[in-house]
Amino acid sequence: MNNPGKLPSGDGAGYYRRMQAAVEELLILKGVVTADDVDRQVEAMAGRDYTRGAKMVARAWVDPAYQARVLADGSAAAAELGLEIGPLRLIVVANTPEVHNVIVCTLCSCYPRMLLGIPPEWYKSRAYRSRVVREPRAVLAEFGTRLPEHIRIRVHDSTADMRYMVLPMRPTGTAGWSEERLASLVTRDALIGVAQLPEAV
Amino acid sequence: MRSHHDLGGLPAGRVERDEHDYAEWEQRVDALMMLLSHKDRQLLKVDELRRNIEALGAEAYDRMRYYERWMHAIVQVLIQRGVITIDELGRKMAEGVQDGNG
Amino acid sequence: MGTAEAAAPRFRAGDRVRVRAAYPPGHLRTPYYCRGRVGVVERLCGAFANPEELAYNRSGLPAQPLYRVRFRTADLWPDYAENREDVVEIEIYQHWLEQAA
Repeated sequence: MNNPGKLPSGDGAGYYRRMQAAVEELLILKGVVTADDVDRQVEAMAGRDYTRGAKMVARAWVDPAYQARVLADGSAAAAELGLEIGPLRLIVVANTPEVHNVIVCTLCSCYPRMLLGIPPEWYKSRAYRSRVVREPRAVLAEFGTRLPEHIRIRVHDSTADMRYMVLPMRPTGTAGWSEERLASLVTRDALIGVAQLPEAV
Repeated sequence: MRSHHDLGGLPAGRVERDEHDYAEWEQRVDALMMLLSHKDRQLLKVDELRRNIEALGAEAYDRMRYYERWMHAIVQVLIQRGVITIDELGRKMAEGVQDGNG
Repeated sequence: MGTAEAAAPRFRAGDRVRVRAAYPPGHLRTPYYCRGRVGVVERLCGAFANPEELAYNRSGLPAQPLYRVRFRTADLWPDYAENREDVVEIEIYQHWLEQAA
């Protein structure tokens, strides 16, 4: 509602939302996109989440040959499971009893979005991006994750064209579990590397 | 000289375990970025977007929310490329306000 | 052998490389914290268009070989207090790398 006593705001709440609506309308008028294109793209991204990565992890746990393929070429291994990932160049890094992997993009917010969807807000934060390459264990502790002393950490900074996902270790006490049940154990934070998976027993 | 966005190793506080659903307009900004950078349209390159975000200046970079920075950058690229003009964007945004959509 | 569209790779996995201590303005994907540091090539990822050029809507060709370079975290931060065996692995374009002893 226009308030005649005030000048319209050039900033403040809603400015970028108005910009988004205006740009979208202009691009539709110019035939660059349709509203349907945008709706479908929103839906497609909303339909991508960490459970897609969890499927790959569960398959890797039950099938050592698939695990080898995941670690050799993450993108091809995702495609094998019918996971549509577009041009994503995926590198999967395996946790072992000696090595723990953590993923970051210190320069912006690069993340394997076409596999796992939109990253959490904290992944894009100044604090995470600044500190995890400098004091990874202190950052992990803030997520409640404490690694044994002897473990080496590999921090992967996604600075260019590759994107990363962690292959967590299979929890003990899961012998004989179905892939579906195994996949349900996997968390998004474990795929980023700030969390470990609890043992099942 | 270190660019303001180049954060690796700088001191910072606790990681706030912020999680929230994005508003519809933010999801549509994300969608627009994907559509415009897609090989079928090629109306922006992701690195053009990043350059414009990096050029925001320290105060704006820190103050703006994530999708505000992206929206700003998308508009900059579309203007730089001549896909839209500042004038038509300004008029379209003003239309929105008059309709009570502000 | 390089083609018109891609520069030839100069490094292989296991090579010791130094990140050039250069500080140009513009859109760079080589983080400040690794400039001037020595690491080991973990792998050649392939050749990709140069983002420094893509940022200005140029082609970024010839594509530059992109490497993952592994740095000992203790070499990046003089007062690194965690495990001396920790590493940080960073993707770096060839034109930022030179051979190290």
